[in-house]
Amino acid sequence: MEKYEIVIGLEIHAELCTESKLFCNCAYIFGALANDCTCPICLGMPGTLPVINRRAVEFSVRAGLAMGCEITPSSKFDRKNYFYPDLPKNYQISQYDIPLCQNGQVSFEFEGELRTVALRRIHLEEDAGKSIHAEVTGDPTRSFMDFNRAGVPLLEIVSEPELHSPEEAIAYCRAVKEILEYIEVSDCNMEEGSLRCEPNLSLRPKGSKELGTRTEIKNKNSFQELIDAMEYEVKRQARILDAGEEVVQETLLFDASTGKTVAMRGKEEADDYRYFPEPDLVHVQISDEWIEESQPTLPELPAARRKRFISDYDISPDNAEFLTNTRPLAEFFDEAARLSGEPTTCANWIMGDLTRLLNTAEIEIQDAKVTPAHLNELIQLIGDATISGKIAKSVLDDAFETGKMPKQIVSEKGLAQITDTSEIETIVLQVVEENPGPAQDYRDGTKKAIGFLVGQVMRATRGKANPQLVNEILTRVLSTD
Amino acid sequence: MAPGAWTVTGIRAAVAGGDLSAREVCAHYLDRIAATDGRLHAFTTVLREAALARADEVDARRASWRDRPLLGVPIAVKDVICTRGVPTTAGSRILAGYRPPYDATVVSRLLDAGAVIVGKTNCDEFAMGSSTEHSAYGPTRNPWALDRIPGGSSGGAAAAVAAGQAPASIGTDTGGSIRQPAALCGVVGLKPTYGRVSRYGLLAFASSLDQIGPLTWTVADAAAVLQVLAGPDPRDATASTEPPPDLSRLFPGNVRGTRIGVPRVALADGVDPEVLDAFGAALAMLSDRGAEVCDVDLPHMQYAVPVYYLVAPAEASSNLARYDGVRYGHRAKLDGAAAGVSEMYARTRSEGFGAEVKRRIMLGTYALSAGYYDAYYVHAQRVRSLIRNDFDRAFAAVDAVAMPTTPTPAFRIGERIDDPLAMYLGDVFTVSANLTGLPAISLPAGLTQARLPIGFQLVGRPFDEATLLRIGDALERDAPWSDERPPAFA
Repeated sequence: MEKYEIVIGLEIHAELCTESKLFCNCAYIFGALANDCTCPICLGMPGTLPVINRRAVEFSVRAGLAMGCEITPSSKFDRKNYFYPDLPKNYQISQYDIPLCQNGQVSFEFEGELRTVALRRIHLEEDAGKSIHAEVTGDPTRSFMDFNRAGVPLLEIVSEPELHSPEEAIAYCRAVKEILEYIEVSDCNMEEGSLRCEPNLSLRPKGSKELGTRTEIKNKNSFQELIDAMEYEVKRQARILDAGEEVVQETLLFDASTGKTVAMRGKEEADDYRYFPEPDLVHVQISDEWIEESQPTLPELPAARRKRFISDYDISPDNAEFLTNTRPLAEFFDEAARLSGEPTTCANWIMGDLTRLLNTAEIEIQDAKVTPAHLNELIQLIGDATISGKIAKSVLDDAFETGKMPKQIVSEKGLAQITDTSEIETIVLQVVEENPGPAQDYRDGTKKAIGFLVGQVMRATRGKANPQLVNEILTRVLSTD
Repeated sequence: MAPGAWTVTGIRAAVAGGDLSAREVCAHYLDRIAATDGRLHAFTTVLREAALARADEVDARRASWRDRPLLGVPIAVKDVICTRGVPTTAGSRILAGYRPPYDATVVSRLLDAGAVIVGKTNCDEFAMGSSTEHSAYGPTRNPWALDRIPGGSSGGAAAAVAAGQAPASIGTDTGGSIRQPAALCGVVGLKPTYGRVSRYGLLAFASSLDQIGPLTWTVADAAAVLQVLAGPDPRDATASTEPPPDLSRLFPGNVRGTRIGVPRVALADGVDPEVLDAFGAALAMLSDRGAEVCDVDLPHMQYAVPVYYLVAPAEASSNLARYDGVRYGHRAKLDGAAAGVSEMYARTRSEGFGAEVKRRIMLGTYALSAGYYDAYYVHAQRVRSLIRNDFDRAFAAVDAVAMPTTPTPAFRIGERIDDPLAMYLGDVFTVSANLTGLPAISLPAGLTQARLPIGFQLVGRPFDEATLLRIGDALERDAPWSDERPPAFA
């Protein structure tokens, strides 16, 4: 394998989360009953015509801008003609030679370095329906067609062949997924098929500038399967080349059960799609004003935000990674850090107790009752010693449950710390008197015996005594006796 | 007003005014269809009960519907236009019995206007043809001579009006399919500007060429029907977003100072002498009424037929791909488990499509295929622009371009069926309007010695149907042939 260089280009298809399909008013709901999300247009009934969904174009422009592309001022749609039962019109409306976006780039961290991969193009096209064959129905003599997905808008993002390992390809895919999620144009759910990554993979002798023959691998449901598929394909192609033979350019399916790639059935004919401009649609004009207006709506993208967190808030790269995992999480942290002025403390609370609470409740941070304002107030209460760190945890639990602000919880439940030294001293004296044994142990040299006594004071004050003060006073009392 | 003289505008006024009931008008036409269609075969479906029920509804609501512009007017609709729940076959076996789940936009508009749809008319399969001989359901006959073609592909629509089976019909025109049958049947046929009328619900043949339009006895009737059909439609991205002008104020048509151009070179050969004479006579009449006639040069018009027969089949090959037996229409029966989807497609389409449709699908697929796309399709589209440039230049000097509609009157059924090329060449005067998207009208211009109709055609500026209607009305007024009717169906 050392003698070959792996060359991978990726075609990523992302379903846009518009309210309706690309050319008709149907809403697409994953998991709906078969053919419930259809109409004469997306079924390709005789006499129907497509009309472009403006929001899909907006989302596409947003995606293009987020990935540094040039937006084509006037682009068009083309018909890609081929026969297959999941394609209602037996042509797909896509974009051939004048796509919406061209020449962008995507950057991501890989093995400690910043990598930038060039994008060739991004275009808009409609999705096909789904075939249901014998593997699902058990009946080898019939297949069923579900056209719910037919007509859903797809963004196709094509990279240049600049990736050199399956792991790097995955890192690139993750970076694209993150961007698309952040700008909220797609759910990017691989299991539901709203994100499909198709690698084009070839090998060439190390040092060679010419590209080898590539194969395209389709239909993986997870990043793990994608890696497995690419790794298998690399080995398969290497074996072929080692034997002095040629790799056949073809489209392969990855079979997760066997761990192998297999040629797709039914793709014998040469693919002449007879592209020609779609006569039922007019050109899509994107003005400079539209582009200018779209720019401000782009949120700070994940990579840039991570960088800022690290430099401005002085948090570690790992923590920055965690905190930018989703856009709502990053925004929560950003706001809390800004309000409190204590980013590290916020980070710890979020990554620790808050995440624990979210996971137990099985909700996302944007659906929680706790807001950055809650967290800020909590931190203030700890900072001015109104409550101890330990009490704060229970206050957070309460706030999470009820949505009440920490100050209100503390006052309602009487959780304020006892900081009155004379009050503490009274209790300390009482505890020492009631526990002569441990007190004597301490005086005799077993310093850790104080722990037990501290615990007793805390118990007597129901945890509200300021632990530092308790320690100080106990130490003084025990030492002076 | 005797039924023989009924017009769209006359019926509408009589029904709205209470002088005639919608029911008696409808019953008259239905009886006429029953008495004549055995010979003519203009209809694929007659909606007897539904039409009468609809007419009764019109009568019941006459007071509140009084302003509806086609109130009580019976209309026949070509069978390539979707009518909800009513068979829409496109003249093809592949859609035998197919009932669309929706109405075409034009049908909705006719219904909103108070019209009564009496049936679907016969046509060449998927509108591909110039004689209606390519219908899978048998040919329609010309009411003026039953052994002759009525023209195509809207042969049924033209024959129905000519034989008094309906006062108006709706046809479609991709290469002349409204105008040519209108000419051969002696009625008015209008192809609007591309984009003037919504194509939503029209079974597509060639998407960049298809248009829907009216066939009527009078020009005023054509204007009245076009007014209802025309206008923006959010379901058709190629339909103009401009509202149509008010066409009611055009009449009586005045042609004083109107400039009419004639491409003399194009008429030099291949045109029947009687057609040329009638053409000249019509021009003379217009010029007597004050029009200025001059020559124009359209040098690329000679390429119009070859360009059309590359572009139209190419688009058709893609538009007809959806007829595959999966979701609707005919599906071939397969024997044995060995047969898969490819076999199902091949058998379904072989069984369902006729010879002319298959010819055009093959032609179109070839013209789009790798290695030929640039040489044929792209090249044809470029020449198409040149043809349009010729007309644009001509319209700097004239308001309308005049030509005969067809080079010959109706030929006999079966005469050209084995010679597709001869059939195609008959489209020489009509295809330019489709390729350029310009509006065009065919007007009756008299009869030959053998009493066969001849058509006079005008092509206008984009969205200027008004000028064509105005000139047409001027020609129609006092024209000696305007009261002629087919002898067997008078």
